[in-house]
Amino acid sequence: MKFEGRIWKFGSDVDTDAIIPARYLNQSDPKELAKHAMEDERPEFVKEVKPGDLLLADKNFGCGSSREHAPLALKAAGISCIIAKSFARIFFRNSFNLGLPLLESPEASEVIQDGDHVRVDLTIGEIEDLTLGKKFHATPIPPFMQELLQDGGLIPHLRKKMNPQR
Amino acid sequence: MKMSKPMTITEKILAVHAAKKAVSPGELIEVRIDLALANDITAPLAIQAFKEIGVEKVFNRNRVVLVPDHFTPAKDIPSAEQCKILREFAKTQRLTHYFEVGQCGIEHALLPEKGLVLPGEVVVGADSHTCTYGALGAFSTGVGSTDLGAAMATGRLWLKVPESLKFIYYGKLNPWVSGKDLILATIGDIGVDGARYQAMEFCGEVIKNLPMSGRFTMANMAIEAGGKNGMIEPDEITFQFIKQRSKRPYKTYDSDPDAHYADVKEYDVSKLHPQVALPHIPSKVKDVREVGKVKIDQVVIGSCTNGYLDDLRVAAKILRGKKIAPSLRLIIIPATQDIYRQALKEGLIEIFLSAGASVSTPTCGPCLGGHMGVLAEGEKALATTNRNFRGRMGHPNSEVYLSGPAVAAASAIKGRICHPEEVMKRRV
Repeated sequence: MKFEGRIWKFGSDVDTDAIIPARYLNQSDPKELAKHAMEDERPEFVKEVKPGDLLLADKNFGCGSSREHAPLALKAAGISCIIAKSFARIFFRNSFNLGLPLLESPEASEVIQDGDHVRVDLTIGEIEDLTLGKKFHATPIPPFMQELLQDGGLIPHLRKKMNPQR
Repeated sequence: MKMSKPMTITEKILAVHAAKKAVSPGELIEVRIDLALANDITAPLAIQAFKEIGVEKVFNRNRVVLVPDHFTPAKDIPSAEQCKILREFAKTQRLTHYFEVGQCGIEHALLPEKGLVLPGEVVVGADSHTCTYGALGAFSTGVGSTDLGAAMATGRLWLKVPESLKFIYYGKLNPWVSGKDLILATIGDIGVDGARYQAMEFCGEVIKNLPMSGRFTMANMAIEAGGKNGMIEPDEITFQFIKQRSKRPYKTYDSDPDAHYADVKEYDVSKLHPQVALPHIPSKVKDVREVGKVKIDQVVIGSCTNGYLDDLRVAAKILRGKKIAPSLRLIIIPATQDIYRQALKEGLIEIFLSAGASVSTPTCGPCLGGHMGVLAEGEKALATTNRNFRGRMGHPNSEVYLSGPAVAAASAIKGRICHPEEVMKRRV
């Protein structure tokens, strides 16, 4: 699995209220949620983000509430992959369950700059900053999570497991 | 059961639910779920996930709990539509535990009150504060809606066994210091990712003497340090709490003396005074006397963190016979109908109304900027809730400070954040 796009860089401890404020949680339509992703943190994000773009953050990305609306909004906004120094645990689970890949790389999180053009190869965990001409290696994704991504998330994965004839 | 190696209480409960003799931190296991919970924000996506898996029935209709508590009583049409999804699903699946407005309450105060969570059980909930039930010696953790959908369908879920951290509290608590102050001080010490992916086990003489309400408060905020679960070993206080609420059998576990901990922290609470978390992160914690003169527009007393009867009693003790500052709004929300009714019987509600407070039916409402007290631009609130991220309670340019009920009630009288001693005469 490969992705390529521009980097949207954020700081540390970005919480789920920042990713999708609770005032929009009275519905669960991914397209509606996407319209408000990161809007308090960085209002231009939803207007300018393009399908395939990547999000980069410092430590503990996605802390706070368990709302799956957070990774759902980012995925529906077009984000293909999130790279961070570390992730909050519920956000981590939710993202893989939805088929949104996350990569942990402290070095990439430090060096890559906002607006850089980046290419990611998930299978080998390689992050290449095409703007800077530098390569980084992320912590390998566990085989079980790789399988989830291959299947498109937990639900298609379970469907396959529980109804093998389909 | 004879365990094969020294383990923490968290590891023992997970091992039993994974049908293994022992588990180790980092191990991926599949566990049997005793209870699966969702609310009006997370259940619609979980129900959708459940339907997409393609099974007909939930794994056990007595073991799936739906609590419409966040935007209820429905604050607008979309929220009403979300609630309708829960109501219809509960009806179709013949769920035993669906709590309609009127019998409802804030989920994490409601489930223990109804005896739905017991020591040694494994609970997953599509709400991050599901970690609250660790106060009963259960393993409980927050998950997303997809995980919850899978848990409702299969009664199982994969988990990574967390490392455990031990927090020991000793000494004598100062007046007006509660479980909230202990956990705020702890989060202030270790940071919002200080326990990321880990189990936070609270122990020591102070915890042994802490009432259930304070224990719930502490376990509730484990997630605010990034924790997977909070944990307190069950004891006589736990058993007394359960005795009045459930007749179901249960099994208690405790940590082996030689169990492995990733870290052990000790706190002398004798030096601890009421704590306040400053905007915009729960770890920015200060002694209330060091906060400075912060004028506030709104005080909220309630939530799954501090909406318990003990919390209301503390607030009433301070508010009795007094008026809140005219420039300020005080919103008090008992966490459940039973707490509301008991507060009414004890005359607490009368005290609140006389002081000038607005008292609401149970709801999460203002805690997450949903309704019942949303902040305007530039406003400052002091709340007994658990989070103070930017925009958490309303406008992105509003501010939330966090404290226990004593500081909140006293500050409502003064109109600025203050130590309860400022409004209460020192009595010995």
